[in-house]
Amino acid sequence: MIELSDVHKSFGDNHVLRGVNLSIPKGTSMVIIGGSGTGKSVVLKCILGLIQHDSGLITLDGQDVTKGDRDAFLARFGMLFQGGALFDSLPVWQNVAFRLLRGSLKRPWAEAREIAIEKLRRVGLTPEQADKYPAELSGGMQKRVGLARAICAEPEIIFFDEPTTGLDPIMSGVINELIREIVVEMGATAMTITHDMTSVRAIADNVAMLHGGKIRWTGPVSSMDNSGDPYLEQFITGSAEGPIEAVR
Amino acid sequence: MSLVLSPLAALGRNTLAALAMLGRITLFALSTFSHILRPPYYPREVFNALMQVGWLSLPVVGLTAIFTGGALALQIYSGGARFNAEAVVPQIVAIGMVRELGPVLVGLMIAARVTSSIAAEIATMKVTEQIDALVTLSTHPMKYLVGPRVLAALVTVPLLVGVGDIIGILGGYTVGVQNLGFNAATYIQNTVDFLEPLDIVSSLVKGAVFGVIAAVMGCYYGMNSGRGAQGVGRATKGSVQAAAILILAANFLLTGVFFSV
Repeated sequence: MIELSDVHKSFGDNHVLRGVNLSIPKGTSMVIIGGSGTGKSVVLKCILGLIQHDSGLITLDGQDVTKGDRDAFLARFGMLFQGGALFDSLPVWQNVAFRLLRGSLKRPWAEAREIAIEKLRRVGLTPEQADKYPAELSGGMQKRVGLARAICAEPEIIFFDEPTTGLDPIMSGVINELIREIVVEMGATAMTITHDMTSVRAIADNVAMLHGGKIRWTGPVSSMDNSGDPYLEQFITGSAEGPIEAVR
Repeated sequence: MSLVLSPLAALGRNTLAALAMLGRITLFALSTFSHILRPPYYPREVFNALMQVGWLSLPVVGLTAIFTGGALALQIYSGGARFNAEAVVPQIVAIGMVRELGPVLVGLMIAARVTSSIAAEIATMKVTEQIDALVTLSTHPMKYLVGPRVLAALVTVPLLVGVGDIIGILGGYTVGVQNLGFNAATYIQNTVDFLEPLDIVSSLVKGAVFGVIAAVMGCYYGMNSGRGAQGVGRATKGSVQAAAILILAANFLLTGVFFSV
């Protein structure tokens, strides 16, 4: 269970998070939606400790995430970054098996490679792609490699940062389906950030909308369409008219 | 009043900013060495950095040194001729290359070649979230990216300076023997007799210090890069400028430490 209580974060004068309260029960898939620049990625990075929040409390299974053994904490997470964030200097399989080639989860070279190829196969890539470099792959393939890397060490919690941004609708559908399958298959807790409503419907158990630095609405994906919240309704319909200003 | 005060205020602001930056760089360097000393270690990364910083810099260092040694021999010969001191070419080439030009030119070439590449690579990694990805994969960027590069520079730049010194002297020797009519055996004998152990030690120590400066500047500017292509460009430019100036300043200080009477 991940819980955020009254989390604040500012960058200079820009008060991005103004008291975020959110809980993500174990084994569920939470999708955070919201316009560009509303601080969705900041929430995610605060949980991981990539950005230090100014005040408030973030806990994982009741433990403050800013305290305790950081390596053990991070070992529970996998993350798919928006742009893939693959290491250009390493071939695809070494990207996927990164955790297995060093640190506490280190395994023999051949075994790590075998696991990486298996994970690549799981996301629909052939072993021939394993020895290529990330720059030689298409955007969709890079996303899949990022996904394979995120799940390679079988984490309990997986974060997906805008998993379908920049992909064509069919590839977006493929990635959404893969994410859903993998999360269900692994029984992992998932947290996804997106503004793609197709992704929301495909991936989410629960949805939270971030607006004005706070969680504006949260609930199960099934009740999203009749929430009665004008902000959420405008976001779902993509209308330029409504309480959310089109120019931010 | 403000006409008088505002330039002073600007001077004060800039001085404070420069000192604060120097402090941040010093803390960054100390943190780097603390990470180098503590496990986990990444031998593969160290090996790659040794190749990048050391081995692949050899051609540029060799070419810089040979041309500089040759030019130095010509300059000393023609300058020395003004007071009948043409014969000191071997001695002055040796002392000039080993004490001063070898370390400084190698340091500056490393700043141009290695600092810029480290800064651009790490800054691009930062901009494309690869540094964040490293952290989420339980890998400390200071240990994985910074430590190996600084360690490689500390080890290889003194060796490059040593090689540069020898090639520079060879450049002088070639010009001296081929163009200026020196006897080959006498040229070598004069060079060897004139150089003292302190000259060589100072050269290698300077190399180590310049290597660390070059790598730390590349890593510091890369890790603190701004966003986008502009951020990468600024980080690269800033790192090379800072490395070159600090190398020249450190050279002045170290020359004072080794050779002030």
